[in-house]
Amino acid sequence: MLKKLLLTFVFLTFGATAFAQDFETLVAQLPEGSYADRAEVVVAISKTGDERAFAVLEALSGGKLHFHKAEGIIVEVREIGSEDIAFNILDNTEIGPVGRRDTKKINVNNGLRREISAVLGNMYLQNPDPAIRIEAANAVFKRGDPAQLEALDAAISAESDGEVATALVEARAVATLNSNAPAAEKLAAIATLRERGDRDAQGVLSKFTDDPDLGKAATAAIVEIAQIQKLWGLGQNVWYGLSLGSVLLLAAIGLAITFGVMGVINMAHGELVMIGAYTTFAVQEIIRNSMPELFDYSLLIAAPLAFLVAGSVGVGIERGIVRHLYGRPLETLLATWGVSLILQQTVRSIFGPNNREVGNPEWMSGAFEIGAMTITYSRMWILVFSLIVFAGLLLLLKRTSMGLRMRAVTQNRAMAADMGINTGWVDAMTFGLGAGVAGLAGVALSQIDNVSPNLGQSYIVDSFMVVVFGGAGNLWGALAGAFSLGIANKFLEPFAGAVLAKILVLVFIILFIQKRPRGLFALKGRAVEN
Amino acid sequence: MFNRLIDKRMGIFLAGLFILTVAVPIGNLVMAGQPVPSYAVALLGKYLCYALLAVSLDLVWGFAGILSLGHGAFFALGGYAMGMHLMREIGTRGVYADPLLPDFMVFLNYDKLPWFWLGFDNFWFAAIMVMLAPGLLAFVFGWLAFRSRVTGVYLSIITQAMTYALMLAFFRNEMGFGGNNGLTDFKDLLGFNLQTDATRAGLFVAAAVALTAGLLISKYITTSKLGKVLVGVRDAESRTRFIGYRVEGYKLFVFTVSAMMAGVAGAIYTPLVGIINPGEFNPANSIEIVIWVALGGRGTLVGAAIGAIFVALTKTLLTGWIPEVWLFALGAMFVLVTLYLPNGVLGAVEDIINKFKSKPEATA
Repeated sequence: MLKKLLLTFVFLTFGATAFAQDFETLVAQLPEGSYADRAEVVVAISKTGDERAFAVLEALSGGKLHFHKAEGIIVEVREIGSEDIAFNILDNTEIGPVGRRDTKKINVNNGLRREISAVLGNMYLQNPDPAIRIEAANAVFKRGDPAQLEALDAAISAESDGEVATALVEARAVATLNSNAPAAEKLAAIATLRERGDRDAQGVLSKFTDDPDLGKAATAAIVEIAQIQKLWGLGQNVWYGLSLGSVLLLAAIGLAITFGVMGVINMAHGELVMIGAYTTFAVQEIIRNSMPELFDYSLLIAAPLAFLVAGSVGVGIERGIVRHLYGRPLETLLATWGVSLILQQTVRSIFGPNNREVGNPEWMSGAFEIGAMTITYSRMWILVFSLIVFAGLLLLLKRTSMGLRMRAVTQNRAMAADMGINTGWVDAMTFGLGAGVAGLAGVALSQIDNVSPNLGQSYIVDSFMVVVFGGAGNLWGALAGAFSLGIANKFLEPFAGAVLAKILVLVFIILFIQKRPRGLFALKGRAVEN
Repeated sequence: MFNRLIDKRMGIFLAGLFILTVAVPIGNLVMAGQPVPSYAVALLGKYLCYALLAVSLDLVWGFAGILSLGHGAFFALGGYAMGMHLMREIGTRGVYADPLLPDFMVFLNYDKLPWFWLGFDNFWFAAIMVMLAPGLLAFVFGWLAFRSRVTGVYLSIITQAMTYALMLAFFRNEMGFGGNNGLTDFKDLLGFNLQTDATRAGLFVAAAVALTAGLLISKYITTSKLGKVLVGVRDAESRTRFIGYRVEGYKLFVFTVSAMMAGVAGAIYTPLVGIINPGEFNPANSIEIVIWVALGGRGTLVGAAIGAIFVALTKTLLTGWIPEVWLFALGAMFVLVTLYLPNGVLGAVEDIINKFKSKPEATA
C-alpha cells in the first residue's frame, strides 16, 4: 500500500522527465512483496512508457525473470543450449551462466499473468506499427475485459488510422458489454458488433441472448449477422465458381478455336496443356539452377515460351496429320487421340511418371480477405490471366487481318481461296494458335494442379463439355459456358458433394444438348448444316 | 439365308474360331503336359470378349455412322450385372460371412441390401439384367439424342461424357457398387468353381459362342432391308430422312442392340478376369475400342473382331516386354490407320488380293 502511495507520488511530482530512472527502480521492486503488490508494480512499469518495459513484462509473464543474488540485479535467464545464461534485463548485457542456486525466480500466478497480458495489450495498443495495434485490438476483443475500457478509450481518441480505430471501437464494445455500464451504452455496443458482422461478434452476442435488457437486441443482431454471413458464403461460392470457371475457360478456349473455328476435334488438346505445364517446370528448373534471383519472373518467362512450344507442336500436328483429314471429323478425332497417347508417353519417358514440382512465385502465393471471403492470389491471378487471354484472342480474331483471314476460311473455304488467301497457311496458324493458347493454360494450371503426364487427360472431358455447352464457333460461348458450368458446379457441391455435383453437371449438359444441339451460342445459317 | 449370313470372310473367320474353340480346351484339359497353359485360356477368352465388344461397336459405327465413345460403359454395365450375381453367389464364404450382404457392404456398414441388388441371387435374373441394363441406358440415351438430331462429333462427345459420368458415379462408395475396388473375390458361377481349369475353359467356349452369335446377328441385321436403310443413314442422313424413313427409329434400334451385345461381352469378361471395377468406364478404354474397329476395318464385322484380338494381343506382348513402347505403338496405330488404312487392315488385304486377281483379266 505504501508503495502505491509512493508511486502515485512519484508520478505526480516527477512526470515524464523522471520516467527512465523510475523504470529502473520499479523493476528493482519486482521481487518484493505479494502478488498483489507485484501487480501494482507491473501497472506502474507499463505507465512509464519505457521501451524496455515490453521485455521486462514478457519475461516476467514467461517466468524467466530472476533476481541475481551475487550481482543484486534483475536478470532474464535464457536457456541457450544446455546452459542457463543470465542477461541483465535493463541493458541486455550478458552476465554469464547461472546455476539453480545463483538466482531466485520472480514468481507469477495466473491472476498476475492475466494482469500482465492486459497491461501488455494496452501497451501494444500504443505501438507505432498499425498492424501490431490491430492485433492488440483483436486480442482485447477476444478477452473482453472491462478493466481495459479506460486504456481503449485513450487509444481510440489517439488513433488516426481508420482501420485500427474500427478494431478498437469493436474491442471496446465487447468490454462495454462485459462491464456494468448502463443499458443504453450496451445497446450501442451491440449495434457496433452487428456492424462487424462476423462469427466472433456472433459468439460474443450469443452470451447476451438471455439478458432481460439486451436479449432482444442481441438476438436480432445475431439473426442479422447470420444473414450477412450467408451472403458472404454466397459470395465465396460465386468466387469459387468463377475460379473454377477461369480454369475451365483456359482449358477450353484453345479448343474453342480448333473445334469451334476450324471444326477440328483435337483430342491432343489436353496434352498441349500438359506441354505448357512442363515448359513452366523446365523454365523454373533452369532458373533455380542458374539465376535464382529471377524466380519471381519465372511465369512471365515461361508464358511466351509455353505458347511457342505448344504452338509449334500444334503446327506440326496440323501439317503432319490433321491437314490430310479435313472434312472427316471422326477420323481427326481418332488420329489426334493417337497423337495424345504419343505425347503423353514422350513426356513420361523424358520427365518420368511422377508429379513434378512447380513452385509459386512470391506474388502468386498467400491469400487475402474481403469481409468473410478468402481469396488466394494464385486463383485471382489465374482469373485475371484467363480474361486477358480471352480478350487477346477476341481482339486477334476480330481486329487483325490475320483474324479476318481465319474467319474467312472458316465461313467459306473455297471463296477465301479464290480471294487469294493461302488457306493451308491459315489452317496451320489457326491450329497453332489454339495449341499455343493450350500451352498458356498449362502455365496457369501448373500453379494449382499436379504437373504429371496425366495432367491433360483430366481436363479433356471438361473442356469439351464447355465448348459443346457454350456452342462451337463462338468465343463468347466458351466464356459463358466455362463460367456457368464452374459456378453451377460449386453451387451444387455443398448439397451433393464434389463428385455428385460433377455428375449432375454432366447429366445436365447431356440433357441440354438434346434441347439445343449446337450449344448456347449457336452459329445460325446454312453453314451449320454440314 | 445361309449364304446371306456367311460370306467368304465370315466363313473363314468362323472356321478359324471353331478350330480355336475346340483346340484350346483340349490342349488345356485333355492333352498331357498342358500345351495350352491355364492363363492363356483366360487370356484368349478375354480377347474374344473384346472381339464381341468391337463387333457391337462396328454395328453402330460401321453401319449407322454413330461413333460411340461410350461403348465401354455398356460393356462395364453388363460386367457389373454379372459381378453382382457373382457377389451374391459368394454367400457366407466372404471374409465377414454375412449370408446376405457382400463383404464391401458389411465393411461400409450397410444394414440391408440396396433395392437394386435384389433378385441378383438368381442367375437368370442377372442374365436378363446383363442385357437389360445396358439396353435400357442405350435406349433412353439414344431416344434423347437421336430424336433431337444430335449427330457426328457432338454425339461422340456426349457419349464420352456419359461414360465419364458413370465412371465418377461408380467410383463413389455411396453408390453401392463397391466404390473404386469394384466387385471381386468371386467364388463360383452356377455351382462351378471359377478357379478350376474346366470352368475357365467353359467360359472361353461361352465367349466364342457369344462372339459367333454376335457376328451372325449383326450380319443378319446389316444384310436385311433395315441394314440397307442404316447404311443410307450413315452416308446421307438428311436424304434418307427426306425419302421418308424415320431415321431416329432405325438408329435407336441398332444402338440398343449393340449396347446389349456389349453388355453380354462384359458379362463373360467379368468371371474370366475375376474383377470388375469403375476403371472399365474410363473414356480412354472406350476410345481404344474404336481403334480395334478402325484397324480391322470399319463396317466389316469380322475385321472388327480380328482388330480387337490383334490389338489386345499386341498390348499383352508389348506391356510384358517393353512397357514404355505400348502407348507409342497404340498412338501410332491410331494415326497411321486413320491416315493410310481408311478401310482397315482387312480392307487393305482384300484390295491387294483383288488387284492380283483382276490384273490377269485386265491384260488378257
